[in-house]
Amino acid sequence: MADLSPQLLALQLVTGLSLGAVYALLAIGLSLIFGMMGVVNFAHGAFFMVGAFLGVYFLGMTGSFWLGLVIVPLVTGLLGMVTERLFVRPLYGRGVDYPLLLTFGLSYVLIEGIRMLFGIEGLPTATPVQLRGAVNIGIGLFPLYRLFLIGAAATVIFGLWLFVEKTRYGLIIRAGSRTPDMVRVLGVNMSRIWLIVFGLGTAIAGLSGALAAPIRGVNPEMGIPVLAESFVVTVVGGLGSLLGAVTAGLLVGVVYSMTSLFAPDFADLSVFVLMAVVLLIKPQGLFGKSGYMG
Amino acid sequence: MADIPHNFRRRQVLVAGASALIASPFWFEIARADAPNIRIGFPTPLTGAFSAEAQDQVRAAQLAVKEFNATGGYKGRMAELLVRDDKLNPGEAASRTLELIEKDKVDFVVGSLSAATTLTVNNVCKDRKILFNSISQSDQINEASDWSLYTFHEALTPHVTAGAVARYAFPKFGKNVVYLTADYAYGHEMVRGFQRAGEPMGMKTLADIRHPLGTTDYSAFLPRIQALKPDVLVLCNFGRDLLNSAKQATDFRLKSTTKIITPVLLYTARQAGGPEAFEGILGGTSYYWGMEDTIASARAFNNAFRKAYDGAVPSDYGALGYAGVKSVLQAVKDADSTESLKVSIALRQLRYDWYKGEQFYRKCDHQSVQSVVIVESKSTVMKDKYDVFKILSVEAPDEKNLRTCEELGHAVTRT
Amino acid sequence: MNRQFHRLRVPAVLAFLTLFPLVMPYQALAVNILIFGLYAVGFNLLFGYTGMLSFGHAAFFGIGGYLTGIAMLDFAVPWPLAILAGVLCAMLGGGVIGFLAIRTRGIYFSMVTLALGQIVYYGFYKAEGWTGGENGLRGITVAPLHLLGIPIDFLNPLTKYYVILIFVGIALWFVSRVLNSPFGAVMEAIRENEKRAAACGYDVVRTKLLVFVLSAGLCGLAGALRALHLSIVPIDSLHYLQSGQAVMMCLLGGMGTFFGPFVGAAVYLLLEDTLTNLTSHWMGAVGIIFMLCVIFFPKGIWGSVLDWIEGWVVRSPWHPR
Repeated sequence: MADLSPQLLALQLVTGLSLGAVYALLAIGLSLIFGMMGVVNFAHGAFFMVGAFLGVYFLGMTGSFWLGLVIVPLVTGLLGMVTERLFVRPLYGRGVDYPLLLTFGLSYVLIEGIRMLFGIEGLPTATPVQLRGAVNIGIGLFPLYRLFLIGAAATVIFGLWLFVEKTRYGLIIRAGSRTPDMVRVLGVNMSRIWLIVFGLGTAIAGLSGALAAPIRGVNPEMGIPVLAESFVVTVVGGLGSLLGAVTAGLLVGVVYSMTSLFAPDFADLSVFVLMAVVLLIKPQGLFGKSGYMG
Repeated sequence: MADIPHNFRRRQVLVAGASALIASPFWFEIARADAPNIRIGFPTPLTGAFSAEAQDQVRAAQLAVKEFNATGGYKGRMAELLVRDDKLNPGEAASRTLELIEKDKVDFVVGSLSAATTLTVNNVCKDRKILFNSISQSDQINEASDWSLYTFHEALTPHVTAGAVARYAFPKFGKNVVYLTADYAYGHEMVRGFQRAGEPMGMKTLADIRHPLGTTDYSAFLPRIQALKPDVLVLCNFGRDLLNSAKQATDFRLKSTTKIITPVLLYTARQAGGPEAFEGILGGTSYYWGMEDTIASARAFNNAFRKAYDGAVPSDYGALGYAGVKSVLQAVKDADSTESLKVSIALRQLRYDWYKGEQFYRKCDHQSVQSVVIVESKSTVMKDKYDVFKILSVEAPDEKNLRTCEELGHAVTRT
Repeated sequence: MNRQFHRLRVPAVLAFLTLFPLVMPYQALAVNILIFGLYAVGFNLLFGYTGMLSFGHAAFFGIGGYLTGIAMLDFAVPWPLAILAGVLCAMLGGGVIGFLAIRTRGIYFSMVTLALGQIVYYGFYKAEGWTGGENGLRGITVAPLHLLGIPIDFLNPLTKYYVILIFVGIALWFVSRVLNSPFGAVMEAIRENEKRAAACGYDVVRTKLLVFVLSAGLCGLAGALRALHLSIVPIDSLHYLQSGQAVMMCLLGGMGTFFGPFVGAAVYLLLEDTLTNLTSHWMGAVGIIFMLCVIFFPKGIWGSVLDWIEGWVVRSPWHPR
């Protein structure tokens, strides 16, 4: 390609990182739930979609994008906790397949619910006024909103890391995922832990949706491809690993971005090839340790 | 067999009986009139990414049926539309078409919205010698390998649509072109149409960037386009892909240096996406309700639609649903028969003006030769929620704009 | 009780299936149930009986369909041989993917199979000249033929059903034999505890690979039959969502039972068909029913039915004590 230049490559790399930021956020939600609870949440993409719709809805109602970013994770987190309490809890002890099927059914219900509430077409979205436009980052014009995304994702990830590594509650969660019986003996209510972990995972998923909404249109089917992407990233990073989710997210984003430059029609495929290669070399994922977040 | 408790066998019978009752055709049987209805099967993606377009197709098709029945039908026989959801899935479309033909015994089939489903429905219909009028864009349905005497194509082809937009836009905006193309047959067909029309005008293709179908985030493709600095960026994708790529191209400030055009601007997608995403974008379409200012049949069609559906106006795909059914029913009258072969021969002779001016089906491949409307999205001065496009130009129907019969693999026929 | 059932399950199932199309609303649906029933049963060999959850089995379903179609369209192979070609290619694919995937375990195994399956999907997608790409493969027509004086016209829906039933019947008989054999016992041993099975001296890797190949062949047969049924092969036969469907059908019906996946396929397809005709919100209704089944029928529908029957029989006066 005659038009390749160092600036273009650098810009493409930055694009990959902004893509990766969203992937990382998505992966964390999924990884958290699987790593801590051994539950594969097939409704992850649906919660993402619900978060996106709610974000646009609250923007319309309150006029404030930032308020939406606060409300949406609370709502999707609450929805997640209700799901855990009512539907997932009866399935504990039955093996990993049943929550998978249940959450798959739930994703159908969520999609249909959103269709009934907001219509089948989707909602028009626009970038919040303060974050519109593109800035010259030295190597080319880059949308301001995507830079914000990188920052927002980094903030959330850092906050989560602080919570899990540095607080007492995080300690209990980590211990509970490794040896739940021991933690129970020590007097901690594991059911409540799992409730909170599930809610946290879906809250992050919803937040990712609200953050992604201004870039892409919002429609009831938007969560379906997201589910596959989230799984790929989570598994490449290693289930249950925060560092893994972040690393894999960025890696996948950059791989996708670079492939798009050189062989754009293979961009989707490149992600799956990456996953196959990583898993065949390192069958537990890059940082995979079961049931341990860190 | 004696070892098994009788109840096991009884259980089998009960299960069979229960499933028979639940699934029995009894629930779906319609009261029969004295004269059997003319049944038209209508598979379309009522659920999925194009459900809004599909539902408009159904509404408009039902209008056509109503109009036919209001004039007494054909020899006292009323027309009936059997709508089925194909979920935008070719496997499902095939099953539903089999259901329509084998169980519901439809006389004809009109429908489908994506190229893949339309080709599938066509395949099932032609094997069983049932007339099929396709109302969705595809270049391949006209080709000899897919075509049959029972295949008709009401909708435009990507080749014609892209060609019309190229003929309008390229002379105006510059010679260097980049294509951002959805990587599937339809996308490739659109690029081919643009290039064919553009080459005589001196268009230079800087790049043809193929993105996976259904991509939601186009940021990975945009830096390169930014670096290439083309005069024209052609978004060769459809529906939600178009919405997202247009939005994100705007985010990357491409509109300041580049004119964005697209072969097909969907009315429903524009309504869903809003004015900002589509600002300044120009494209082609088979129909826009605004044509009523200059075309009498458009006005008649729009008014009938408004009356039936609370003031709403028909979309481009809706109009195709209307015309698809209307043509077939007219041909039934002309042929004085409901046999697919006879109706096919009548359709070949038909000249009609249902909603946008004169149309007819080319003999060799049954392609409906029709006009193409070039529209631009409006972002200011919109009178109401329906006023979304400004008509820039209408390319008159011309067989020359289609691919030649020879190229499609047909022996040229006379009748 | 179990021994009696195992001996007679295939004839019982076949008897039921012979009468089946007469109670279905339309034969095309009945054929779909046969095809997806076989797909699910083939998948269940790996999932329910050996305990390996693969998310890439659509690859074999699709390979079977495409290779059968290509054999008929491009090489003018008669359709019974074309089916054989499809099955063999699917088994070959199974060997390759299985060999690569077996190194991993648990959820990682599922993800590797998903990734490898997607790679197959993209391969077929891009090979437009052979496969038709996104438009799928079209024009797979079975010419009417005469067998021993009996006309076999595939356009006749009932004829089509019974011809396909013959193939499905043979496949089901084969599966039953495998499950009843010592090999079948090793499969279940691996599912229960892999390390223990290895400690007992069984070659776990070889068994897993063989099961993978057999399972792929059965799914490939289902795909081949589908190509003949619909006269097309859609590209999404290879997509992971199609793999997911096999999982759903097995879980719904009851994995680890012989007929369960078939029941799961039938219930799933009937449910979808009925609900689609009743409401445009069929997706939500299917979701709710799924969730209820998972919570209240932990062994799947057929598994629960069998349990119920067995409980009844044990308590009944006929049961020898």
